[in-house]
Amino acid sequence: MTRYLAQRAGQAAVVVIGLMILTFIMIHLEPGSAARSTLGVRATPGRIAIFNSTYGLNQPLYRQFLTYIDQVLHGNLGTSYSLQIPVSTLIAQRLPRDLLLLGLSTVLALLIAVPLGIYQAVRRGGVSDHVLTGASFTLYSTPDFLFAILLIALFSVQLHLLPPEAPQASSVGGMLADPRALVLPVATLALVTVASYSRYMRSSAIDVLAQEYIRVARAKGLPQRLILLRHVLRNSLLPVVTLVGLSFSWIVAGAVIAEEVFNYPGMGLLFYQAATTHDFPVLLGSTLVVGVATVIGNLAADVAYGILDPRIRYGRT
Amino acid sequence: MAALDAGTSGTERDALGGAGLAGAGPPSAGQDLAQRGTWRPALSAFARNRVAITGLGLVSLIALFCFAGPVFYRTNQVTVQLNLATLPPSNGHPLGTDPSGYDVLGRLMLGGQSSLELGLAVSLATTIVGTLYGAIAGLAGGIVDAIMMRVIDTFLAIPSLVFLLILVNLFTPNLWIIILLITMLSWLTSARLVRGEVLTLRTREFVQAARMMGAGGWRIIVRHLVPNSIGVILVNATFTIADAILILSALSFLGLGLPPPHADWGTMLTNGLNYLFDGYWWLVYPPAIILIITVVAFNMIGDAIRDSLDVRLQRP
Repeated sequence: MTRYLAQRAGQAAVVVIGLMILTFIMIHLEPGSAARSTLGVRATPGRIAIFNSTYGLNQPLYRQFLTYIDQVLHGNLGTSYSLQIPVSTLIAQRLPRDLLLLGLSTVLALLIAVPLGIYQAVRRGGVSDHVLTGASFTLYSTPDFLFAILLIALFSVQLHLLPPEAPQASSVGGMLADPRALVLPVATLALVTVASYSRYMRSSAIDVLAQEYIRVARAKGLPQRLILLRHVLRNSLLPVVTLVGLSFSWIVAGAVIAEEVFNYPGMGLLFYQAATTHDFPVLLGSTLVVGVATVIGNLAADVAYGILDPRIRYGRT
Repeated sequence: MAALDAGTSGTERDALGGAGLAGAGPPSAGQDLAQRGTWRPALSAFARNRVAITGLGLVSLIALFCFAGPVFYRTNQVTVQLNLATLPPSNGHPLGTDPSGYDVLGRLMLGGQSSLELGLAVSLATTIVGTLYGAIAGLAGGIVDAIMMRVIDTFLAIPSLVFLLILVNLFTPNLWIIILLITMLSWLTSARLVRGEVLTLRTREFVQAARMMGAGGWRIIVRHLVPNSIGVILVNATFTIADAILILSALSFLGLGLPPPHADWGTMLTNGLNYLFDGYWWLVYPPAIILIITVVAFNMIGDAIRDSLDVRLQRP
């Protein structure tokens, strides 16, 4: 187990270095120069030269790369062109709010998808299974933004039940103080994930139900409820754990859309605004942070897999 | 094997349920395919699968609607006619007109052409690049494989939409650029899947035998590894079409989709949503419904191919 973890951590470190190289390359793919973007089109050549030497942009690429890594490792992700605030400050403000949104929606999605998947697996081929499969197919195939806007149309415009905008408080505590405003963003993100989690859970539970130990449990007269709780649930959760770790990146993609629709002040909205205003330091800083978070998520999923499934531990040591 | 039987009977029941329907049609198709022994069980399972037939039928209908429709239903989709803007559905315009005065039904056909073409092009490019990359990595093994896989991990660590937003900012989007960019994101999954298949295949006797007989790496990939991973490749290619259409619609929503002379369902839907609260329902629901049906249909086909090629599910 230790060796396996060390190996995986090593791979993750390589990927993080790869991410830095990739973001560095993308900074230099930016059309025009950083100086032009920051100082505007009317900047004189003299001012551009001063800007370039201040930020070390006149140095050879490998030196710039080393400086970039040095800065990133010291938490310096550059300064936003449009807001003139350090990117790290912006991210530090936004990240906790995203953890709230992603955390709540993932927990909600799992609470719905896991029982649903097991139920469908048990009733496999029945009418309810077909109906639920159809529903999750449709859900999965619906663009996130359409979903979000239809929820607003129904719950805010028609029924006047929930506000159409996410809480705008500056702290996580403040956002939690307005739970009604959190419902629609969290629900949008959760519904999108429920569709694929429940599909996955269903096929995983079907595989488990076909195992011999389930047959043994049945043969010794264990009630169905206990079979499902003790054997099916734990064993079929295994692949879903990995899926949750891996799905981090498309949950973030969903968050970009959901935050745009509900004006949720998180990383997704920051990112989207940076993308439309060509604010490259913000774009790349947040890409790096999200990328590293994804790598950590995958690593955590691997560790959780190892803890939940002792066979992996024995196999790797 | 009671539990196992209970587990598999779902597909069996599906298959039996569809037998009456399929029994009349496909026998001749089955005979034609008799020479290709390995394909026959999978194809007949696919033909007996109601989900598969429904998905295939829907995709054919939609393709017919988009590509043959404009031949019979001619509309002006070129010049803006503001005097015809946002007309409700009527005899002349069965689905009304949009804010530029374009006929919505005609625009759905035109938009479908770009959405379907994009989906197919992305899927084709993804399959070729992903399969070759995955097969080379899996066959090479060792340090080459490790490096090739870390490259994929690095790209996968960045959420696709995030990556796409940066790239769309770097290039001026047109149909080809968008196909290229979506492909750059989706080949990663197919490469990983194919590599996984190749890792198990390369230890098999027939690959060893081919190698012993002096077959080169390229020949092993093309003649043995790719044909034997075709199930995974095909399933992923189908899902890629669905995903590409959805990604395009997300990009359109964020204002970074195909530029104006083009029409696509995502853009139509996004523009229509601006008018949702004004009661112009014909600008929202038609593109939404056809987009969802198309994506569902491709997902159904992918699911059905997976079921019909999955040996474990087929044999009790």
